[in-house]
Amino acid sequence: MKTTFSLLGGIAATLLTIAMLLTAGWVRPPIHGEQTGFRGTGQQQLISAQNLRILQAANALPEPIDKASSSGERATEAYKNVQVLTDLSTEEFNRVMIAITQWVSPDQGCAYCHNTENLADDGLYTKIVARRMLQMNRHINAAYTSHVADTGVTCYTCHRGQPVPSNIWFENPGAPHAGGMSAHNYGFGHPSKSNGATGLPVDPFKPHLLGDETIRVEGKQALPALSGASIQQTEQSFSLMIHMSEALGVNCAYCHNTRNFGGWEESKPQRVVAWHGLAMLRELNANYLDPLKPVYPSNRLGPLGDSPKANCATCHQGAPKPLLGQSMAKDFPELGGKPAP
Amino acid sequence: MAYYQNIFTQVQVRAAAPDPGVPIHNEDRSAATFWHLLGRLGNAQIGPIYLGYTGLLSLLCGLTAFEIIGLNMWASVNWDPVQFVRQLPWLALEPPKPQYGLQILPPLSEGGWWLIAGFFLTASVLLWWWRMYRRARALGLGTHAAWAFLSAIWLYLVLGFIRPLLMGSWSEAVPFGIFPHLDWTAAFSIRYGNLFYNPFHMLSIAFLYGSALLFAMHGATILAVGRFGGEREIEQILDRGTASERAALFWRWTMGFNATMESIHRWAWWFAVLTPLTGGIGILLTGTVVDNWYLWGVVHGIAPEYPHVFPPVLDPALAAGGTP
Repeated sequence: MKTTFSLLGGIAATLLTIAMLLTAGWVRPPIHGEQTGFRGTGQQQLISAQNLRILQAANALPEPIDKASSSGERATEAYKNVQVLTDLSTEEFNRVMIAITQWVSPDQGCAYCHNTENLADDGLYTKIVARRMLQMNRHINAAYTSHVADTGVTCYTCHRGQPVPSNIWFENPGAPHAGGMSAHNYGFGHPSKSNGATGLPVDPFKPHLLGDETIRVEGKQALPALSGASIQQTEQSFSLMIHMSEALGVNCAYCHNTRNFGGWEESKPQRVVAWHGLAMLRELNANYLDPLKPVYPSNRLGPLGDSPKANCATCHQGAPKPLLGQSMAKDFPELGGKPAP
Repeated sequence: MAYYQNIFTQVQVRAAAPDPGVPIHNEDRSAATFWHLLGRLGNAQIGPIYLGYTGLLSLLCGLTAFEIIGLNMWASVNWDPVQFVRQLPWLALEPPKPQYGLQILPPLSEGGWWLIAGFFLTASVLLWWWRMYRRARALGLGTHAAWAFLSAIWLYLVLGFIRPLLMGSWSEAVPFGIFPHLDWTAAFSIRYGNLFYNPFHMLSIAFLYGSALLFAMHGATILAVGRFGGEREIEQILDRGTASERAALFWRWTMGFNATMESIHRWAWWFAVLTPLTGGIGILLTGTVVDNWYLWGVVHGIAPEYPHVFPPVLDPALAAGGTP
C-alpha cells in the first residue's frame, strides 16, 4: 500500500508539473531589465528578447506611397461631394484614397466605401464613417500634440490593414448571470481581456473613457478628509490602469513611482503624456466614435447596441509607442501630419 | 528493518487499540480507528471526535455562509458548472455599494447576501472559538490556543466589521472570493497611499517573517536532536536531557545565545499572536485616522527623498481644466 501511495504521489506531482509548464503566460528568457529611475527605487522596465522580436515584426511599416504635389487642380474642382479634404490638390486627394485602401481595405478595395458606379454617392455607411475618421485623424494631429507629439497618427496607426481595428471596445454587459435575487457584484469577479485576467471590474472603459468618472482615488493628504473614493471606485480605476499597462506592454513604473502612485512630483514625464491620452480618448469617444451609432449596421454594433470605441490598445497594440514610435504622419501632411524637423 | 527518519515520518507507531484519551468525565466517547494516510502526516489515529452543541452550531453556521457564498458565485456564471469551475478563483461576493452606508439589509442582489454570509461566518468562527476554549478547559489545559485564535479573529473582525462601522459603510469591507479579496487588498493599499508606510503593517510583517524564522529554527533544532530523543520536548522542559543540552550548545556556538525548551514556545506564541494583532491595529487606523500612509510617512520622516532624475513633472490638471 505504501508503494502505491508513493507511486500515486509521484504521478500526481509529475502531472502537476507538466500542467504548470504548459500553462499559458510564460515569457521566454532572457528578460532584459532596464533601470529607468533613481537606483534602488524599483523603477525598471522588463522586456524579453522574444517579445521585442514579436513587437518589431508586428509594427513593421507598410510600403511608402509616393509624395504628391500640393499645387495644381483642387480636389473640390475635380470631384463632387468633397466635404473634408477640401484643402487638397487632386493629386494629394488621390494619394489619400490610395493610402486608405492600402491601410484599411487592401482586400476589399475602393468598393468597400464607394459605389463604383458613382464615387460621389454617400450610400454606403462605410463612406460616412471614413469621412468622420478623416476628420478625427486631422483633429488628433492638430489638437493633441500633447499626446501624439510630432509623430502624429494616420489611419494605419489603428487599422493595420484591417477594415475594423483589432482593438476596439463596446459596453460590456458582462457574462451571462442568473439575475434575480443573486448578487450581481457590479461587474467584479470575472477574468477578461479588459481587466487583465484579474477579478477587477470587467468594464473600466465606459466610466473612464466615455464618462468622466474620477481616476484619482488616493487620499490627497495624510489625515482623513470628509469624503474620499471608495474601495470599489479604486478597483474600477485600478482596472483601467491594468488596461493601460497591458495596452502599452509596460509595467506601472513606466509612469508612476509605485511608492506614491498618486503623487505627480515623483512621477515620470510619461505620466503627463498618458494623462493627455486619457483626455483625448474621452473626447474622441464622445465626439467622434459614439455619435456614429446611427450610421452603423447592427452587425457592427456591440451587444448593447453601442458603436465601437477606442481605448489605449486601439493605437498602442502592446507597444509603449504605437508602431514603436515610427512616424508615418510626417509623410502625410494631407492627414494633418507635421513634416519631420 | 524500519528505522526512524525525522524529515519524513516513515514509521507509524500504533497501539493495539486506539487511545481513548485521559479519563475526565464518565462520558461516552465516539469510536476511534487508524488511518494509514493520516499517519503519513501526523498521528494515524482518527477520533474520538467531540462535536458538542457549539461545534454543531458552528458547522451549521459555517455551512450556511459557505452555501450563500458558493451559490451566489455559481449564479454569477448563470449556473454554468463548467464556468463555475473555470472561473472559481475569480468569482466574488461583493459587499454593498457605498450608497447603502451601514444599512442593515440592502437589497440581496446589491450586498444583502454579503451581509448575511458575513453574519453566519462570524457566528461560526466565534462559536468555534468558544468550543476551542471549553475543550481546553475540560482537559485542564491552559487556553493559549484559544487566545491565539482570537488574535486572528480580531484581524478578521477589524477588516469585515469594526473598521467598516467606524468608516460608516459596509462597502469598505473585504469581498468574499479568492482573487477578489487579493484585488481588494491591492486596491486598499493604493486608496490609502501605500500600506508599507503604516508602522503597524511594518510590525505585522516583522512578526510574520519572525514567526517563519522561529518556526524554521525550532523545527530544525528538534528534528536535529530527534536522534537523542529531542522530540520529547515537553518532558525535556522538566528533565533536561542530552538532546536539550546539545541543542542549546549548538545555538550558543552559532549565535552565542539560546532559547530554552520552554521559552522557544513563548517566543513562537507571541510572534504568531502579534502578527494579526498589530496588523489589525494597522488596518483599523487606515482611513479612520490616516488617509494616505505615504504622505503621513513624509510628515513623520520615514519616507526618504530620492534625487529627481527627470525634469520636474507637474499635475496637468492644474494647468487647464482637464479631468482624468
